[in-house]
Amino acid sequence: MSSAALHATPSGHDGAAATHEQRALGFWLYLMGDAVIFALLFATYVIMVNNTAGGPAGKDLFDLRNAALETVLLLVSSTTFGFASLSARTGNRGAVVFWLLVTFALGAGFVFLEIREFAGMIAAGAGPDRSGFLSAFFTLVGTHGVHVSMGLVWILIMCGQVMTKGLSVPVVSRLFRLGLFWHFLDIAWVGIFSIVYLPGLL
Amino acid sequence: MENQPDHGLRSYLIGLILAVVLTAIPFWVVATHALPPQRALLLIGIAALLQVLVHLKFFLHLNFTSTPKENLLAIVFTAVLIFIMVGGSFWIMFDLHTRMAV
Repeated sequence: MSSAALHATPSGHDGAAATHEQRALGFWLYLMGDAVIFALLFATYVIMVNNTAGGPAGKDLFDLRNAALETVLLLVSSTTFGFASLSARTGNRGAVVFWLLVTFALGAGFVFLEIREFAGMIAAGAGPDRSGFLSAFFTLVGTHGVHVSMGLVWILIMCGQVMTKGLSVPVVSRLFRLGLFWHFLDIAWVGIFSIVYLPGLL
Repeated sequence: MENQPDHGLRSYLIGLILAVVLTAIPFWVVATHALPPQRALLLIGIAALLQVLVHLKFFLHLNFTSTPKENLLAIVFTAVLIFIMVGGSFWIMFDLHTRMAV
């Protein structure tokens, strides 16, 4: 994270670029670990989906319109993050901050819809303690929601860094990794609407 | 990164359009019940798989030329791990389910 680490890179032709690559690989390995976590939560959900213990099933709880709206928000936010990355490459600080804030707003909208859905389910007596199916549902979708919320915090931090430090090499390198994280979360969401919401409403 | 033109605006917009199409089709099928459940499930699965590939290519810019070999190796290794763990879990749990039900 510190610029001191940048200078400590082995005497390559371009120390800063080499560090950026190494950190991108390190972060990529973290994302692959996260992918394994999500894959196993998906497996748990598929195994538990029929264990409703006489309680409500997906058909009674899920709302197609809500899931579609969440999907749109996250997909558009992935694209607006791409615009932020492009603006960073052309060195346009104001545009980077603008697109990061748009991404933040869309992501916050997503989290709001998810919290509203969760609160509605819990109020209707369909909380995670109701059945194995609902435990698996809240764990899987909640884990994704926590990731998105962490991403929102990270976006705000990067907004602050772009404004105070400018588009320095370390800041752009962090923006790049935040992009990997944000796009990855959109892929995880594709899995969620394809395995949880759509089959549940068939 | 400046020498990789396919990372530009076009890439994100193509990705967005393809993702919207691949999202709209399964949502439409579920909303209208246009297909019997088995076929609808198959369609949802295919659309999801394609959309993941679209995201990897147009948003994460994964390809076989500019992506470092280590990253591709990591993703292949992860795919093998997931196949073993998820496949193994299904195998054990569904086998158990069948035996318990009889």
